[in-house]
Amino acid sequence: MILGWLPADVSTFGPSIDAVIRLIFYVVGTAFILAEGTLLVFVILYRRREGGRAAFVRGDSLRQFAWVLAPVIIVICFDVAIDARAKPVWDLVKLQSPAPGLTVKLEAFQYGWLFRYPGPDGQFGTRDELVQTTTLTVPTGQVVRLLMTSKDVIHSFYVPQLRLKQDVIPGREIPAWFEATVPGKYEIGCSQLCGVSHFAMKGIVRVLTPAEYQQWVSQKWPKSGAGAAKSASSVRSSAHAAEG
Amino acid sequence: MAETRSEPAPAEAHEQMGFWQQYIFSVDHKIIARQYLFLGLFMGYVGVFLSYVFRWQLAWPGTAAPLWGKVTPSQYYELVTMHGTIMVFFVAMPVLLGAFGNFLIPLMIGARDMAFPRLNMASFWTIFVGTVLLLISFFVPGGASRAGWTQYVPLSDSTLYLPGNYWGGNLWLLAVAIDFASVLMGGINFLTTAIAMRAPGMTVWRMPLLVWMELVASVLFMLSVGPLIAGVVMLLFDRIVGTGFFLPQRGADPLLWQHLFWFFGHPEVYVVAVPGLGIVMEILPVFSRKPIFGYRAIVWSALVAGTLSFIVWAHHMFVSGMNPNLAAPFSATTIAISVPFAVMLFALIATLWRAQITFATPMLFALGALANFLLGGVTGIPLGTDASDIYLHDSYFVIAHFHNTLVPTAVIGGFGGIYYWFPKMFGRMMNETLGKLHFIFTWVGFNLIFIPLFLIGLGGGQRRIYQASVYTYYKPLQPLHVIATIGLLILIIGQLPFIVNFLVSMFRGQQAEANPWHANTLEWMTDSPPPHENFHTIPVVTRGPYDYSVPGMERDWAPQNEELMAAAARN
Amino acid sequence: MSNSDVELVHSPDVFEGSFEIGKLGMWIFLAGETMVFGGLMVCYTLLMISRGGWGADGAHVAWRLGGLNTLVLFTSSLTAALAQGAARARDAAGVRRYLGATALLGLFFLVIKAFEYSSDFGEGFTPGTSLFWSFYYVMTGLHVLHLLAGVVVIFGLRWLIGPHTTDAWLERKLKYVCLYWYFVEMVWIFLFALVYLIPNVG
Repeated sequence: MILGWLPADVSTFGPSIDAVIRLIFYVVGTAFILAEGTLLVFVILYRRREGGRAAFVRGDSLRQFAWVLAPVIIVICFDVAIDARAKPVWDLVKLQSPAPGLTVKLEAFQYGWLFRYPGPDGQFGTRDELVQTTTLTVPTGQVVRLLMTSKDVIHSFYVPQLRLKQDVIPGREIPAWFEATVPGKYEIGCSQLCGVSHFAMKGIVRVLTPAEYQQWVSQKWPKSGAGAAKSASSVRSSAHAAEG
Repeated sequence: MAETRSEPAPAEAHEQMGFWQQYIFSVDHKIIARQYLFLGLFMGYVGVFLSYVFRWQLAWPGTAAPLWGKVTPSQYYELVTMHGTIMVFFVAMPVLLGAFGNFLIPLMIGARDMAFPRLNMASFWTIFVGTVLLLISFFVPGGASRAGWTQYVPLSDSTLYLPGNYWGGNLWLLAVAIDFASVLMGGINFLTTAIAMRAPGMTVWRMPLLVWMELVASVLFMLSVGPLIAGVVMLLFDRIVGTGFFLPQRGADPLLWQHLFWFFGHPEVYVVAVPGLGIVMEILPVFSRKPIFGYRAIVWSALVAGTLSFIVWAHHMFVSGMNPNLAAPFSATTIAISVPFAVMLFALIATLWRAQITFATPMLFALGALANFLLGGVTGIPLGTDASDIYLHDSYFVIAHFHNTLVPTAVIGGFGGIYYWFPKMFGRMMNETLGKLHFIFTWVGFNLIFIPLFLIGLGGGQRRIYQASVYTYYKPLQPLHVIATIGLLILIIGQLPFIVNFLVSMFRGQQAEANPWHANTLEWMTDSPPPHENFHTIPVVTRGPYDYSVPGMERDWAPQNEELMAAAARN
Repeated sequence: MSNSDVELVHSPDVFEGSFEIGKLGMWIFLAGETMVFGGLMVCYTLLMISRGGWGADGAHVAWRLGGLNTLVLFTSSLTAALAQGAARARDAAGVRRYLGATALLGLFFLVIKAFEYSSDFGEGFTPGTSLFWSFYYVMTGLHVLHLLAGVVVIFGLRWLIGPHTTDAWLERKLKYVCLYWYFVEMVWIFLFALVYLIPNVG
């Protein structure tokens, strides 16, 4: 019910992140209900009665304190389990990147988004580089690698449905990756206060089917005539060269 | 034996002091505490007003908020920046440390005043100057700072990025630095007094938990604020002198500010939370007529939590661009810090087992604080876990989490403390009916605000957004904003009974006896209000603070300075 | 209910009377100050390491003047210690003499510093010149402010010494003031190493 508020998830690592969120919610939700419930029960049960006397329990012996220690130990076990479950997901999203099918450079600025496509030759800075404002067009089923920087202040690239968020910093190039699974238009929201129009800094990730994406590519680079496989593989090899 | 105490002037000499020396430039910790309380309450209501305006905009965008008008984006960002700044630095700390700490530490340990009364007076007037500077910043050309209470660089570093915001930004930095100096001065007093001026028999393990919590807060503050003071000086130099400490175009790393800010920022939230919990820890036993459960465990937990608080700060920076390999260790330490808090909270719940609970207003606030802090605590886990934080960082989930930790401790706990110690401070009782009304409106209103905000965060709503309708994923979340703002209006209405109660009771309330709550701690062993020198004779302490319902005693309470033999003999 | 002040109950773990509040207060104050200077120094050091040294940027700092200032402060610590010795020997005139010397040496430090700043500016090294110089001015500037405060307090204490000053009072106050002075000197030693020596060794 609560987790129903999560928006649709259209990224390959989305389910992993949602699984961590779900695990945490069930664990802490249970703990919360038990603790709060105990509090409520005690408050009702132990209201002052005429002639009643409270129990002189100081909790300073192990036998008494065990009642607090036991739940705390359970908390510790669940904490460790959550941490263990979360680490591989973090590593998946932030510590590595699968071989990208498409690499795009992103520049955030007050107040918008700029995307640089390398073009069919797979190199940035060459004549077939394409700059798009606001909209990042990508196909489904391909790993998209973003190399992100800011022109001015710290912004943050955030797409709720992709479960992706990464601050972008001026003077640095920070990588991120995703692979979209469902075609559609997904909004980019800036997620780090960047000025008085921070709220208006909307972008779009336009996810197309592979066929539609090919059409878009041939529209944008009409001379190339190269098939999807060629441009993809040349981008991949140049990206590897850049990483070497 | 060293000459240790700076004895305050004897009673007669004190009465001969003029109005200015007795009430305005007083060195009496009890008067200084009142000054802090009044200033903090006033600023609290300023902060609430600011939130009223921006929450009006969030619920009904583009409409005019009564008593303000239409909210522009620029104003919106001033409002949220100053709301956070005021609440943390100019309300929570002055009230929890300056008011409660100052009033209670000497009384609870059986001292006549703080170790350095003139330094104490200076600390109040310092924060007063800081407060004035901060308020002035609203009225300077360009208005108050708009860079968020976190003032991330490069946004806060130059008017290149926030045009016109020159004076507001500089005054913000100056006011906060002065605020820090004030709290540092207070910390010197709190620590020295508690270490050196305890009454005979008041061993550290017989100190009330609130005193322990104030000391932990003082140590945390003193050790964590230095690097941020350095950072504030550096940022001021960037803005005024033209250095490039934080500008990438001058070769610097903008993340340096975030490290400096959060190295302080995380211990800071415990500086606020821990004394607030301390107030709850004082109220619960009295209205349960039971000892606190696990006194020593609570003390050790507070010390462990305080120590750990220095190594969790980068959980605010998981997606900041810092080395992602740092996420795992900081995630581990953050999750670890839930353990000492779990001990403290479970111990507080256990205190209620087989109790004899009465629901006077202080107890209602203490229970409400505990109930909500539990929610705040568990919602810290998804934020402190690196993987889930990818999605939740900088969302309304964060806002709901920290309001469910800071408000229950500082505000709900703070109000509980006001109702509880008002008789001691002013010699009169507050009205119970108005108090209960205040509690219901405040607690219900508060939850109506922040439970929807958790859901907005889960739904993807990021924070600091002037107009959510820009985003389609925000559309289904808009009704939640409306509910939240209605909750705030309820909370605000509920402040009226409090303000009336507070002001009228101060002058017309029923006269209070020395110990209306039949509590054990030393402040109740003297008159209400205490005489200038606190105690006619310094008490000698023979027992701990929470001996309630001791078997074999007819009375269900046993003051700390009551001879064991005499108590037994009396029964 | 409780005993009067005269008949205090002495229990083994009572601390009342065994801590000198002035000394305690001064140490706590200095702990906070350590975090401020320490924060600046750690930032400076981390940035220096991450850049592999300051290179040419740090080569123009006036290390000879810095060295002279270090000698001046060392000497002032000596005179401060001598003042404390005079206080223990109940020699109020000696205390005044050595306090005066300490304060004058402090002033001498400030004069050299002023000369150094003006010559740095003259050569075109302002706070905005580079990250190194930004740190240099902020750290040494903060230190200068602390030293100036110390000089004022020392002069003030010296001025307060009169026929009515008790030996115990003087010895105590001197202890606190000298503690502060030694702290200011310690900070300088770190600054001298970090800002003058290390950039020039590479």
